[in-house]
Amino acid sequence: MTFQLVCFYFFAIVAAMAALGVISVKNPVVAALCLVLTFFSMACVWLLAEAEFLAIALVLVYVGAVMVLFLFVVMMLDVDIAPLREGFVKFLPGGIVIAAVMLVEMLALIGLKALAVPPAPNPAGESNIAWLANALFRDFLLPFEIAALILTVGLIAAVPLTLRRRAGVRSQNPGRQVMVDPADRLRMVKMDPVTKERAP
Amino acid sequence: MITLGHYLALGALLFAISVAGMFINRKNVIVLLLCVELMLLAVNVNFVAFSRFLGDASGQVFVFFVLTVAAAETAIGLAILVVLFRNRGTINVDQIDSMKG
Repeated sequence: MTFQLVCFYFFAIVAAMAALGVISVKNPVVAALCLVLTFFSMACVWLLAEAEFLAIALVLVYVGAVMVLFLFVVMMLDVDIAPLREGFVKFLPGGIVIAAVMLVEMLALIGLKALAVPPAPNPAGESNIAWLANALFRDFLLPFEIAALILTVGLIAAVPLTLRRRAGVRSQNPGRQVMVDPADRLRMVKMDPVTKERAP
Repeated sequence: MITLGHYLALGALLFAISVAGMFINRKNVIVLLLCVELMLLAVNVNFVAFSRFLGDASGQVFVFFVLTVAAAETAIGLAILVVLFRNRGTINVDQIDSMKG
């Protein structure tokens, strides 16, 4: 058993335990934090698979952005957890059976043959980032641009979804402020000077 | 030595856990979204493993795209969740049946 294998088992067990925590804990905040731990361990596993760029991207994008967003929303919503836990015990046996059957099927499909696959040759001696960048910007340039477009669409779509117009709120309307015409508010009057008559 | 089977088994395990999570937490939208994230992660493990063991960069590029789409999906899903909670005062899946015929 090499050192790498020991590390792999350690991170895999931590990831599996944290994943079990995600689906079983009562508090959604704890569940989200468990998912963070899962992502972290999986990033370590990806490091062992020599996918360094993706491991860092997983930590930065997922733990740094997506999960923080998740935690924000979960903490913002004042959710009553008790009714959501109804049926947890009722569905538990069915869920476990289906998951176990799926797991056994998939493991049988993977089989022992996959264990015999020789560890891959290191890709052409270049670093993982150079390797990935060559593929990404040469063969997958259009999908890359489309991915950027998808992110922009997601960004723009999230704003009108959560935008709320409340009645009776006094707020400034910058558009109307800019459009205002001085003539509407100020009237220039021409008149003769008036002098106070001196008392005799 | 770590073989392809190790990675695939880990991916299968995470996938099975997330499927079980969807079954037993079917009323809580938040945990359902977390389970979707977990499921995508399980699939990504397979992509990374195959990319590594076949020496093909396409798998890792695909993981990149899956991460992108998952981030957009999470943003919109959470936005819908916030709107849902604001309008209905609950995120219980059982009570979201206003479009039932």
